Amino acid sequence: MADRQVKEMAENVEAPVFETAAFTTPPDLSDATVAVVTSASLHHADQDDFAPSDTGFRVLDGKKRDYQTGHWSPNFDSVGFASDINTVIPLDRLDELAAQGTIGKVSDSHLSYAGNQFDLTAIRMDSGPAGATLLKKQGVDVVILTPV
Amino acid sequence: MSTLAHVFEAHGIATVTLGSIRKQIESTAPPRGLWCDFPLGRPLGKPGDPVFQHRVLDHAFRLLQAEGPVLETFEETVTDGAELLACPLPPRSNAELHPAVDEARGLRPAYDRGVQQFGNHAATGRVVGADGVEDALLSLIRVASGTPWKEAGIPGVPARVAQDIRGYYEMAALGLSDHIPTAWSGTRWFFDSTEGGKLLLEARSAMREAGEKQPIWFYMAPGDR
Repeated sequence: MADRQVKEMAENVEAPVFETAAFTTPPDLSDATVAVVTSASLHHADQDDFAPSDTGFRVLDGKKRDYQTGHWSPNFDSVGFASDINTVIPLDRLDELAAQGTIGKVSDSHLSYAGNQFDLTAIRMDSGPAGATLLKKQGVDVVILTPV
Repeated sequence: MSTLAHVFEAHGIATVTLGSIRKQIESTAPPRGLWCDFPLGRPLGKPGDPVFQHRVLDHAFRLLQAEGPVLETFEETVTDGAELLACPLPPRSNAELHPAVDEARGLRPAYDRGVQQFGNHAATGRVVGADGVEDALLSLIRVASGTPWKEAGIPGVPARVAQDIRGYYEMAALGLSDHIPTAWSGTRWFFDSTEGGKLLLEARSAMREAGEKQPIWFYMAPGDR
């Protein structure tokens, strides 16, 4: 398996076009609360696994780092995440940046969606706004999005 | 990811999107994008390398200073390389067992060592735990021999069972290796060097040739297999 081949299979998948791009100016990073949102289908062991074409999301407790991947695609390397969760959800790195004062705070909660989706309508119209609302209520200013 | 970035920005949250596929991040145009030419599944690039991960985050956070939509490229590329894992496979210990079952049993100490060291984040447990791998392999032996998959006792959706078997072996590889393998090398080792990997591909091929629906067998292995 060559990574290039898999990327070539995926690079022309259609995605929604946004006529206008919203653009939010964040506070200074040293004052910002930062969360991670990933498409790695992560969940806690006691949460529901992801179903095929699952358009929902799971709320990840930042302190309970027992994340498991429920991704359905076989077309990515999972050994990187298996050996170091920071390869996908870099919470240890964010903790270090918070301790240095580079970022204000690491969010208590993070979100995971399922990647490898072909119809993004439900994510755009339903679970995406729901996830954003949840993080906004928790005071999140900045999100790093990591793809799998 | 870019769709979520647009949605989150519209809700007042600033975002930085990491992208592994250049054409995708260009066409989906997230408000702030950082194309990182890293292997799929490794968006921070290098497992076990905090310094490198910090470099990626540092570049990502710099994009927050942009006054409008921006797409930049991370300066360093990480490839999947051509590493051939040289994990020693256990010798045959029970000639009465199918070679794949004998092999999986022999790899159990390495699997347990891997889980003890790294945790079970991507190994087994989707539908089959480590204790169920031998039965899962037995069901694939029946499929490879011509039994329809629905009658073969596969303990779940074939793609999910295949992920657990592959995860079992890749975790065993971590338990056997003295370093974190480069991207895809664990997968190549599983499919090209182990009896379990060969059996999985044989079962998948048998399902395809039996005319089973493509989504049932296709996702049991990466798309180029």
